Amino acid sequence: MCTTCGCGTDQVTIDGHGHHHHHDHDHGHGHDHGHHHHHHGEGPSHSHAASTPADRAVAVEQAILAKNDAEANANRRLFTAKGIFALNLVSSPGSGKTTLLVETIKRLAGDLPITVIEGDQQTSNDADRIRATGARAVQVNTGKGCHLDAHMVGHALEALAPREDSIVMIENVGNLVCPSAFDLGEAHKVVVLSVTEGEDKPLKYPDMFAAADLMLLNKCDLLPHLAFDAALCEANARRVNPAIEVLRVSATTGEGLDKWIDWVRGGAREARGRRIRGTVGVGCGAVCTCAESGKP
Amino acid sequence: MHEMSIAESVLGIVEETARREGFTRVKEVRLEIGRLAAVEIEALRFCFDAVVRGSLAEGAALAIDETPGTAWCFGCSRSVPVEARGDLCPACGGARLQVNGGTEMRVKDLLGT
Repeated sequence: MCTTCGCGTDQVTIDGHGHHHHHDHDHGHGHDHGHHHHHHGEGPSHSHAASTPADRAVAVEQAILAKNDAEANANRRLFTAKGIFALNLVSSPGSGKTTLLVETIKRLAGDLPITVIEGDQQTSNDADRIRATGARAVQVNTGKGCHLDAHMVGHALEALAPREDSIVMIENVGNLVCPSAFDLGEAHKVVVLSVTEGEDKPLKYPDMFAAADLMLLNKCDLLPHLAFDAALCEANARRVNPAIEVLRVSATTGEGLDKWIDWVRGGAREARGRRIRGTVGVGCGAVCTCAESGKP
Repeated sequence: MHEMSIAESVLGIVEETARREGFTRVKEVRLEIGRLAAVEIEALRFCFDAVVRGSLAEGAALAIDETPGTAWCFGCSRSVPVEARGDLCPACGGARLQVNGGTEMRVKDLLGT
């Protein structure tokens, strides 16, 4: 793996193109920052390795996802500087995320520009569906990867070049587990749960519901035909995340979508307001935020 | 299976640290993983062994300190221990809990030569 930019897999493609870097992987970026860590004379307290006098233990104390978080923050700075409201849509496969996006785009058409980053292991089917609405979309294929990370999104943003005061929707890989751990720089994670799934999903996959700020309970038009207890589902979501907001919608019939559209408009207004107040400078405008070189 | 990404990130930190310290081999890596960090420890061990192959940390022991989960109970107005998200308060049985500890994911230290 490239330890400078963290681009790990050769399998990731953005709109079908391999994700190749413009920097070579010899990285002469001078990582020697001249600061040395404290050298402890003894091994870690739970040492299991056979240690010899030549061995040294060094304190690292670094967050494992620090690199992802740094790249997410670079994406966030870009969003803030351009007044962009960015959402990370997460759910299991088949919850209706793409249909919901298509309907959202239709309702905001001519009013608020939306661009979309589509994450899937394979195919460009979802990006094709978005493009059919006239909106621009970039498809990221993660290959074997089970989630989008901030680095992939950074490169997708390069290709997408979203406009000032617009909305960027990131449709994550359908997976209720892994995407919860990866900040992409979004304003909010929005978890979509369809009523055909089961009201205990928030308890079975609590990390995702804990990470999200809004739950869209989708396919509510089917409730009369199901044994699904929507109130219990909402209670379960609040049990893992007391602060989560919930909206009941149906992307197919349009039920409840007005409230969702209002929510999106509100976020977009706030993002624009922050840009106009403009206290945040953007760093490396080229969105390759490769750890060291991307710092402002 | 995001444990593979986590293992790759750990290796990145290990390689960076080793370069800075002039290590040619890393024998042990110690992590701190919270019980509520959404990391499957056995999957992480498996992935770690796989990603360090061919690196200067090949064969390194992986020590993992698991930190307990805690949550603020709005009913009791204090922190209480929890095993998992969605648990009820062990003191009052209430369901209004906000996790406030046990989500750590850190590389603590390493042993190299």
